[in-house]
Amino acid sequence: MGVDKTLGNNVVTTSLDKLVNWSRSRSLWPLTFGLACCAIEMMATGAARFDLDRFGVIFRASPRQSDCIVIAGTVTKKMLPVIKTVYEQMPEPKYVIAMGACACSGGVFDTYSVVQGVDEALPVDVYIPGCPPRPEGLLYGILKLQEKIMKERNSFGAAIGVGERICQA
Amino acid sequence: MSFTETMTVNMGPQHPSTHGVLQLILELDGEIVTKAIPHIGFLHRGTEKLSEHRTYHQVIPLTDRLDYLAPMHNNLGYVLAVEKLFGITDQIPERAKVVRVMLAELTRLKSHLVWIACHALDIGAMTVFIYAFREREHIMNMYEKISGARMTSNYFRVGGLSADLPDGFEKDVRDFIDMMPGHIDTYEGLLTGNKIWQKRIMGVGNITGEAAIDIGLTGPSLRGSGVDWDLRRDNPYSGYEDYDFKVHVDDGCDTWARYKVRLLEMREACKIIRQCLDKLKPGPILADCPKICLPPKKNVVNTIEGLIHHFKIITEGPKPEVGEIYQGVENPKGEVGFYLVSDGSPCPYRMKIRPASFVNLQALPQMVEGRLIADVVAVIGTLDIVLGEIDR
Repeated sequence: MGVDKTLGNNVVTTSLDKLVNWSRSRSLWPLTFGLACCAIEMMATGAARFDLDRFGVIFRASPRQSDCIVIAGTVTKKMLPVIKTVYEQMPEPKYVIAMGACACSGGVFDTYSVVQGVDEALPVDVYIPGCPPRPEGLLYGILKLQEKIMKERNSFGAAIGVGERICQA
Repeated sequence: MSFTETMTVNMGPQHPSTHGVLQLILELDGEIVTKAIPHIGFLHRGTEKLSEHRTYHQVIPLTDRLDYLAPMHNNLGYVLAVEKLFGITDQIPERAKVVRVMLAELTRLKSHLVWIACHALDIGAMTVFIYAFREREHIMNMYEKISGARMTSNYFRVGGLSADLPDGFEKDVRDFIDMMPGHIDTYEGLLTGNKIWQKRIMGVGNITGEAAIDIGLTGPSLRGSGVDWDLRRDNPYSGYEDYDFKVHVDDGCDTWARYKVRLLEMREACKIIRQCLDKLKPGPILADCPKICLPPKKNVVNTIEGLIHHFKIITEGPKPEVGEIYQGVENPKGEVGFYLVSDGSPCPYRMKIRPASFVNLQALPQMVEGRLIADVVAVIGTLDIVLGEIDR
């Protein structure tokens, strides 16, 4: 199966793709998974003032039920295998948000024990800079991820087993 | 003939109620925990090593990220240690001292709000989480006004403060302090009389005063075991001896006692902040030690002396005498200490951090062994650990 074996682009398939993309992007369920300081800002974003629920973002405690992982904090070499395992346990389609300077690039911690950016191991969709990013920053990152999901093609075809999803850069 | 088999269960490091990346290896006999081994190091960032090739001024931002729920307390402990090393402790202006105490107590409120939010959330009381984070946002706003950052403030400097308080800040603090006791009443109304809450934490996580001293517990965890010890009163720093406050002790030795101690501490913090506001007088905010303290930006761009001192401090860094000192402060979680060794160079030869959470975590196996697995979550909540500080 390759890109050429998709359902094609006609008014029916693209409308169905749009429906699938819309439902996926409006019900992003991230994993309750905090690593460091950024996790506190992630909690603050989920709490009363910023209220992630209004974007359909509801934190789930199990990777089996979530489709997005927010890497919120410093990833150390000891933690990286755990993060990989958790990521592999998530069902497709899945998305990764690197929140904060540490997850993006290692941040100030250029040391022997810190992974210099989680993109060494996981395919990151959205990078959010800041140490830690403001809750508005995380919200913007999530909106950007929604935009990205909305641009996917053949998502309906992939869902019924014809071809693969095509993500635009 | 009875046959029993124990089961080993991994709790963490991605478990939602281990407060970050703590891993517990639990040996279970049915639902009873027979052995608990905490595994740490999942957030080891090498802060101590990193500070060995930074000047004394450049280490301050790293201390923010140790106990990220109480950044200003870490800043305070570190700058007090450096001031002691340079011998300028008695030159700190009065205003800087008062502002430091005020912000340290605001930070205590902030940290305890996260504690009550997470502790209640782990046990199943979701509403408190929403309320406590709402109040926390007020303190975050104040942080933002003075330092520009919501969490990692980096506001204290060696010798004083990085900037004066903004206009209207005192009114903000006063408004907040006026409404805070009412909010604490709300939390107590939601939790204290709640039968589920009582059953989950009364008689759970027992530790006697003697055992607590043996382990080295500090902070509210120690005071919940009936030991009357608070560094703010017993070894005062930054002018704490001038304030009238009470150290609350409860000899219940369980999670319930620690819950009550922390709530009373929150009320006491409000009183200390009120005294700070009354004491606050206009004046300098930085010690008059131009070779050690970073000059204010105004002096750097307007005077040649300021420019020279700034250049020397930034490019080279101030050099203390050869020696070693220790300074401990009463963090919301316990005693946080900084042990600095100087070899006369501009960077610390060694910086050892005495973290409160790391030492407090040692009590966990003793508190959970022989108890139900559900109590482990309550005990983690009551110890109020922060992994950034445990692993450093």
